[in-house]
Amino acid sequence: MKLAYTLRLADDALIIGHRLSEWCGHGPILEQDIALTNTALDHLGRARSLYQYAAQQFNELPEAEKQTAFTSVAIQNLVNAGAAVSEDDMAFLRDGWDFRNTLLVEQPNIDWAYTVARAFYFDTYNYFFCSALKNSADTTLAAIAEKSLKEATYHLRWSSEWVVRLGDGTDESHERMQKAINELWSYTGEMFVASDAEKAMADQGIGVDVSKLKSLWMQRVQETLADATLAMPQAGWMQQGGKDGRHSENLGYILTELQFMQRAYPGMEW
Amino acid sequence: MNNKNEWPLWEVFIRSKAGLDHKHAGSLHAADEKMAIENARDVYTRRQEGVSIWVVESKHIHASDPDESGSLYDPANDKIYRHPTFYNLPEEVKYM
Repeated sequence: MKLAYTLRLADDALIIGHRLSEWCGHGPILEQDIALTNTALDHLGRARSLYQYAAQQFNELPEAEKQTAFTSVAIQNLVNAGAAVSEDDMAFLRDGWDFRNTLLVEQPNIDWAYTVARAFYFDTYNYFFCSALKNSADTTLAAIAEKSLKEATYHLRWSSEWVVRLGDGTDESHERMQKAINELWSYTGEMFVASDAEKAMADQGIGVDVSKLKSLWMQRVQETLADATLAMPQAGWMQQGGKDGRHSENLGYILTELQFMQRAYPGMEW
Repeated sequence: MNNKNEWPLWEVFIRSKAGLDHKHAGSLHAADEKMAIENARDVYTRRQEGVSIWVVESKHIHASDPDESGSLYDPANDKIYRHPTFYNLPEEVKYM
C-alpha cells in the first residue's frame, strides 16, 4: 500500500511538472518562462525523490508481487532479468492505467489563464498537503514534504498572484480567468476523495487524510477568488478516476511524449 | 520599440549571503514591484546568488553623462594624496 501511495504522490508531481515544462521556450515573456520552468523543476525534483523511494520499495517486494505489480512488459522483463528497477523505470516504463495522478494535473495548458487556474488549484492543495505530510510517521515522506513545502509556498504565491492579476485586470483577462476557473472546477473534487491507498496510509499515520484538507482549500480558494473579483464556481458534479488509473485521454498524449525514447530505445542514455 | 503595452523595465540589485551591499544584477520587465521582485527571484537567484532583492524602476535611475566624464573624473587623477597610503600606522594598530 505504501508503494501505491508513494507512486500516487510521485505521479501528481511528475505530470504537473511535465505540463508546466511544456511552457519552456513558449512563455509570454522571458521572465515568466523562467518562473514556470523553475516551478516545473521543483515538481520534477519532488517526483524524483518519490520515485526513488518507490523504486526502493518495489525492489524489496517478494518476487511474485513484482511480477504482478504493474502490467508493463518492460518492467516485467527487468524483473525477470533479476535487475533492480530505478526511479526512471517508474516514470518511463509504467503504463497509463498504472499512473495514479489526479485528473486535474493532466489537463492541458490551453492558455495562460488555464495554466494559472490549474496551478492555483493544485498549489493550494499541495501547500496544505505538504504541511500535513511533514508530520508523517514515515521519515522519508516527512523529509520530502518538508523540503517541498518551501517550494509549494512559493508556487502558491505565484499562482495566487496571477489569479488576482488577471481576475482583477482588464475585462478580457477577467472573463478568461473566470472561464478557466469554472472549466477546471469539476477536476478539484477528486483531490479530497481518498483512494484505498490514501485511506490505508492515513490510518497508519503515514499519509494525509485528504478529506480534512478540503475546508482549508475551500477557504483559501474563496479568499483569493474574492481578491480577484472572481466568482466562486458552484458546487456540482465532480470528475473522478485518476487515482484509480482511469484517466482522461490527455494522459496518453503526455506519456507518449514523455516515455517515447525509453520505450523505443530501452536503457538509452545521452 | 517603446510599446505602451510593454511592461516597464526594472533594475535588480541582489545581496549575496556573505555580502554587505546590494549589487546590480541586471534588469527585467514586470508589471509592478511585486512581480518585479518575483521575476528577480526567478531570474537572478536561481543559482543561490542572493538572500535579498531590491528592485527599482529603471526610469527612476539618473545617470551621469558619459560626455562629461572628462570634467567629472579626470581631475582626481593627480590627487593621489587623497588615498590614505601616506600615513605610517603604529605597530599596535593591527586591524586596518
